[in-house]
Amino acid sequence: MERVVRLRVNGQEHRVLVPPHRTLLEVLREDLGLVGTKHGCELGECGICTVLVDGEPALSCLLLAQELEGHEVTTVEGLATDGQLHPVQQAFVDSGALQCGYCTPAMVLVTKALLDRVPEPSGEQVREAVAGVFCRCTGYVKILEAVQAAARRLRETGRPSGCGS
Amino acid sequence: MRVLKERERVWNVVGQRLPRVDGWAKVSGRAQYTDDLSLPGMLFGKLVRSTHAHAKLVSVRLERALQLPGVVAAITGRDVPVRYSVFPVGQDETALAVDKVRYVGEPVAALAAVDPYTAEEAARLVEVEYEPLPARMDLEEALRNPEPRIHEYGPFGNVHRLASLEFGDVEVGFAEADHVREDLFFYEGSTHAPLEPHSALAWWDPGARKLTLWTSHQGPHYLHRGLAKALGLEEHQVRVVVPAVGGGFGGKLDIFHHEVCAAKLSMLTGRPVKITLTREEVFYAHRGRHPELLRIRTGVKRDGRITAMHVEAYLDGGAYCSFGPATMLYAGTQQPVTYRIPHYRFQAVRVFTNKPPCGPKRGHGTPQARCALEVHLDKLSEELGLDPVELRLRNLTGPNELTVNWLEITSNGLRACIEKVVEASGWHERRGRLPYGRGLGFACSAYLTGAGGSIYYSDMPHSEVHLRVDRSGGVTVYTMATEIGQGSATAVATIVAEVLGLQPQDVSLVTSDTDLTPIDLGSYSSRVTLMVGNAAYEAACRVRDLLFEAVAERLQVPRSRLVARSRRIFDEANPQVGGSFAQAAQWAEARFGCLATSGSYRPPQKLGTYKGSGVGPSPAYTFSACVAEVQADPETGEVKVERVWVAHDIGRALNPVLVEGQVEGSVHMALGEALMEEQAFRKELHRGPSWLDYKVPTVYEMPEVITFLVETEEPRAPFSAKEVGQGPLLCVVPAILNAIADALKVRVDEVPATPERVLKALEEQRKGRTGRVGPTKVPPFSFPPPERVPRPQSWEEAAQPA
Repeated sequence: MERVVRLRVNGQEHRVLVPPHRTLLEVLREDLGLVGTKHGCELGECGICTVLVDGEPALSCLLLAQELEGHEVTTVEGLATDGQLHPVQQAFVDSGALQCGYCTPAMVLVTKALLDRVPEPSGEQVREAVAGVFCRCTGYVKILEAVQAAARRLRETGRPSGCGS
Repeated sequence: MRVLKERERVWNVVGQRLPRVDGWAKVSGRAQYTDDLSLPGMLFGKLVRSTHAHAKLVSVRLERALQLPGVVAAITGRDVPVRYSVFPVGQDETALAVDKVRYVGEPVAALAAVDPYTAEEAARLVEVEYEPLPARMDLEEALRNPEPRIHEYGPFGNVHRLASLEFGDVEVGFAEADHVREDLFFYEGSTHAPLEPHSALAWWDPGARKLTLWTSHQGPHYLHRGLAKALGLEEHQVRVVVPAVGGGFGGKLDIFHHEVCAAKLSMLTGRPVKITLTREEVFYAHRGRHPELLRIRTGVKRDGRITAMHVEAYLDGGAYCSFGPATMLYAGTQQPVTYRIPHYRFQAVRVFTNKPPCGPKRGHGTPQARCALEVHLDKLSEELGLDPVELRLRNLTGPNELTVNWLEITSNGLRACIEKVVEASGWHERRGRLPYGRGLGFACSAYLTGAGGSIYYSDMPHSEVHLRVDRSGGVTVYTMATEIGQGSATAVATIVAEVLGLQPQDVSLVTSDTDLTPIDLGSYSSRVTLMVGNAAYEAACRVRDLLFEAVAERLQVPRSRLVARSRRIFDEANPQVGGSFAQAAQWAEARFGCLATSGSYRPPQKLGTYKGSGVGPSPAYTFSACVAEVQADPETGEVKVERVWVAHDIGRALNPVLVEGQVEGSVHMALGEALMEEQAFRKELHRGPSWLDYKVPTVYEMPEVITFLVETEEPRAPFSAKEVGQGPLLCVVPAILNAIADALKVRVDEVPATPERVLKALEEQRKGRTGRVGPTKVPPFSFPPPERVPRPQSWEEAAQPA
């Protein structure tokens, strides 16, 4: 049944009328206007629509919005604060880790989730973290560099990477 | 065009590793892609697609769909019957099929509804009656069965286009040879698979009688022309705007069904209509790499010098023209750009088949032939007992020469590229000495920095730029250069910032809007940095002239001593005498009035006069060389590319970060084509129109990439900056194949080199036959006798006995 769902997104609570089949991706983009979350297949294959649910990467195209009550959702819009990029975002810009930018919101979020858990990741851990998100432009080379640059930056500044959670 | 005088100086921003100008917007999620846009009252459109590969369209009935509550309008081919194509010679598509369908997935109806669910449900209610025709699913089938024809045009049967050219006299060349070798190679089709699916939002303003289309596209100018034609509007009634684009690679260059249909549905309903393709539909939109069969025959002297070459290319074009006439000719243009070929014959045929149309994909038409050639040369070197690198070096072109097919090479850094990768990879020490299963492969390539000819004939500029300086010192550049991720916005901003002594982020850009920005032909053929760059350079120099004149007058300083640097304009001999850029802008506005300048660029005239000579010329060529190292498993047939060394003659890197990014991205796409990507069909159906079935390399398959940027002086390019978006892809595919041969001592003459194919080659070897998998014959087809084209004078002189 269609019902009103209370969703916490980027620290803010929203009340949305949602039919049972409506995905989190659709609610984010169409009901909440959070179009920073992109779609690449809506079949759970490409990882482009990744958001964080309680800090862990999740495919918003496969999640039903009605099931997310009581969970904290973080989208790319929740990372920058006061017009300041999150250190992960800054590292992506500085490393040239984006071209068309379409996978970037997802890449930035999986990086944040990784670095929240593992401040000093090995190369293998970084590859595993980004493996679920496709990129067709960069060949991943500069993305891997950006993740390590972000890790260094976070360790040096001691800034907790947890914004919006 | 203004002569560049900017040599030998300290750069403000050129060559620096600066962040891209669209970085903030993209990393923060604020960049707006077409599907992110919505307008009040917007409807959602959906295309209904053919379930037959080849069939007469008996009827398309919309009644049931229109009865569904929430459906606002629906159309069939009768509503949009005008034929169009980007290519003037190929006006063979309609927005919806009219009498016949030619591939599974071809749109037959379109409708608009209040939400996407309703649109999808209504699409299932459209009733289509087909009368099936035999479908031709590959080259050979299409050539063997001329009837029924897929199209009613073309020279005969299912032949779409033909080329048959000869430069010099190959019979003479082959007679001079000590050794002649012939090889066959097959290159499978692949698709661009940009992560952002195509999307278009159309809005017809009935009061102004004007259509605006926001669309994920890489060539708004050609689309503008095509839309006007397809919709029966005057061109000034159409405005095309390109928001952020989530990848193109050539796949967003055609005039697409959903664009025309969204526009038509908006005109009918008076409401905005958006159509976004599903991932599956992107595979049907296609316009990707042509499947291509190649036969190459080369004559060489004992020392490896080439005396003659004959290239035959058979292209499987899919169901429509798309960019096919150019794709076909590109199969033959670039071989003489890397190697001196005294006598050269090129013959090609493009054939219609019942599959989604093939078109331009990164490297447009050249990767297939390049791959075949570089594998062929590898085998030739083996036969001659020469190192593969040495064979290439003995045939290299140099700077400032004319190829046998009348292409003018200016700067040429190929030799330096080869030296870089050979040294860094330890080629001479390691190649042929690695344990079984591990191998090194080498290849070279060349590409155009922008097509010298426009797609429709015109003697007007290919790129124009407007530039405005306001009294706050703000600089705005208006350009149709279309940012698809390749970095065109950053390139243009860097060039303008360099001239005006600013930083790239100081330059505001208004891009890709056919109402607001002057012409650029589009983001294809790696043309934007050179062509828009030259136009932007000219516009920036013109406004700098005004600023310098005003400052010179105000401060009584000789104009020749003024420089623009660090956001100031000042006397170089006396740096405290000067003003901020904004101050200079105010003095100049007071002196001259509104500060607005323009620049334009037109490539040099082509030199060849033969039919087909419009494809191939470029203001400047780039050159690349690659060594790939693979680990191949003889038990499973699996190939892992571990390391790739690529050297690219960039001219000069405006921003090395972005240039490296293009090289690395090219390696990724080349890797996919070499090992796994296949736009292939089973019976009449695409084998897997999804990310799960269409394999692209993930982060796990990506090798280590070691990039070398070789700099050369290129007077025709802004600050010498040549292309990098496409060229580096070309040499990587054959380098991987040659590495497999070094690793396993078998030849995979067919891409992708899947584990099945590798195992088949090994099995052939075990059975005592040639360890090879690949085509063994060409289709039944006779080319017409070649048009004999006289060679450039320089070649005739070289041929005279001393």
